[in-house]
Amino acid sequence: MSETTLYIQHFNEESRPLDYYLSKMNGYVAAKKALSMQQDDIINEVKKSNLRGRGGAGFPTGMKWGFIPKQSTKPKYLVCNADESEPGTFKDRDIMRYTPHLLIEGMVIGGYAIGSSIGYIYIRGEYTREAKLLQAAIDEAYAKGYLGKNILGSGFNFDLTVHRGAGAYICGEETALLNSLEGKRGEPRVKPPFPAQSGAFAGPTIVNNVETLADVPFIINQGGEWFAKLGKLEKSGGTRLISISGHVKKPGVYELPAGGATIRQLIYDYCGGILNDRKLKAVIPGGSSAPVLTADEIDVIYDIEPLMKIGTMMGSAAIMVVSEDYCVVKLIKRITKFYAHESCGQCTPCREGCKWMEDILHRIEDGHGRDQDLTMLLDIADNINGKTLCALGDAAAGPVTSFVKKFRADFEAHIRGGKCPSA
Amino acid sequence: MAKVLSEKFYAEMKKLEPRYPTKVALLLPALHQAQEEFGWLPPEAMDEVGVYIGIHPAQVREVASFYTMYNLKPVGKYHLKICTNVACCLRGADELVEHCEKKLGIRCGETTLDKKFTLAEEECLGACGTAPAMMLNDDYHENLSALKLDQLLDGLR
Ligand SMILES: Cc1cc2nc3c(=O)[nH]c(=O)nc-3n(C[C@H](O)[C@H](O)[C@H](O)COP(=O)(O)O)c2cc1C
Ligand code: FES
Repeated sequence: MSETTLYIQHFNEESRPLDYYLSKMNGYVAAKKALSMQQDDIINEVKKSNLRGRGGAGFPTGMKWGFIPKQSTKPKYLVCNADESEPGTFKDRDIMRYTPHLLIEGMVIGGYAIGSSIGYIYIRGEYTREAKLLQAAIDEAYAKGYLGKNILGSGFNFDLTVHRGAGAYICGEETALLNSLEGKRGEPRVKPPFPAQSGAFAGPTIVNNVETLADVPFIINQGGEWFAKLGKLEKSGGTRLISISGHVKKPGVYELPAGGATIRQLIYDYCGGILNDRKLKAVIPGGSSAPVLTADEIDVIYDIEPLMKIGTMMGSAAIMVVSEDYCVVKLIKRITKFYAHESCGQCTPCREGCKWMEDILHRIEDGHGRDQDLTMLLDIADNINGKTLCALGDAAAGPVTSFVKKFRADFEAHIRGGKCPSA
Repeated sequence: MAKVLSEKFYAEMKKLEPRYPTKVALLLPALHQAQEEFGWLPPEAMDEVGVYIGIHPAQVREVASFYTMYNLKPVGKYHLKICTNVACCLRGADELVEHCEKKLGIRCGETTLDKKFTLAEEECLGACGTAPAMMLNDDYHENLSALKLDQLLDGLR
């Protein structure tokens, strides 16, 4: 485990102040370098780095930045997605509370690269402490000339504002986030136009996850090629912050080279195995929106493509581990209740379908399930999947389909026995 | 209309105004600030926010009602929000909720008669590695157990 890590050694309270950042983390050296580079050269460096968005979709960051129309005369915006609302995910919180200047520096560089002088950090409302810590770091940066007018004598201006959400999972979806930033209900927009064309306040906009932006100073300091080589697989550069929770002995945030371990290694070598040495039942590998894996499927390398190949996803790199003593029917009911609660209600398949799935799962768990319920669940999920404006619908459907298919016997036992077999 | 929002509210908003290209973008910050003053969003406060921003009162409510953190009804002095999402449930959140309901004599969503405690179930708080987690007003409490919760609550009574 002597692999290069970028973050984890700094994840403690002492790392927060600007002094630490300057003396121990090469603070604002990358910004100084970037502000003397051509914008396209920065974007190329990020392309070379194979940095892929850490928010969930894994979209190549350099390519995304390249979509900003240069000739546009409208103000451009750089928005950091700090909503961190995908259940199971808690890594961005550590970046914001321990190394906030990494994020600020990444945004200065990103802003310069896309020609934006206005940045927002949209942080979930519950993170009040983190919002205050971020604001304190931003104040430090303004005082020292790393933010504001004529940054480091370069002539480049960049203003950064912390904007608090108010409790809505859907505001993690980038177009819902932009509506929320504009003072509206957090309802996703019809795409196209994509944010790069028309985003915040109808200006060209880039939305990036906290970790994505915090990776940028490393790329500028050490080079895109170096960053790309940190990753163990061809297409994924850098390291990944992985949130691991549930029934493991040592839950927490782990940092590994992208594609640096299998799920089995993560659970047994890094997290010390299953709580009380019980048997493994299920793994949710990419936040609660990811289709579930059984205990037989965990020898997969933990990265975007390998997981996609076996029908699930890495999402926000959040692994939830479930041991055999927990009822999987109860689990998927709880997950589905979440999506039913968080559906913004714009699209009928999602608004109605999630509620129906929740009701059916509820009655199965309660022992009142009917023979046709499993077919009906799969049918409803199928009618949601791919038929909604945003990916919340898919996020609700995928887990239901996978739980029913992979743990069918557990559902049938509930229906036949008229109660939870383990109750 | 008599004003209910304080000087501080208007001073905070003045500071934020130059940060946004439109005034409507101040709606979420304004509602947060208003809620800070009352602990919830009384209708008069929402109306005044609407006047300040220059939008219809219905538009304020349409937005306020979308977000779970805005309290459209008064809440107790101590607002307990226990996360019952996946990771917390795997670590015993359900038992914690039950424990609290018994201890406080109320169900989730209710407030004690003395207006001291409001109990609520919350979705994932982003503290799953230190589950079970909850919020007490603005503060996180993590790695909870019934014992820890008792100590916390007894300290508040
Ligand atoms: C329902 C839903 C919730 C999402 N929640 C988050 C979130 O909490 N944080 C985040 O960074 N991205 C989230 N995303 C992904 C964003 O839409 C977007 O892809 C991302 O912020 C882009 O940044 P990246 O390219 O740096 O990953 C969510 C997407 C969906 C469909
Ligand atoms: S599931 Fe409770 S904090 Fe994430």
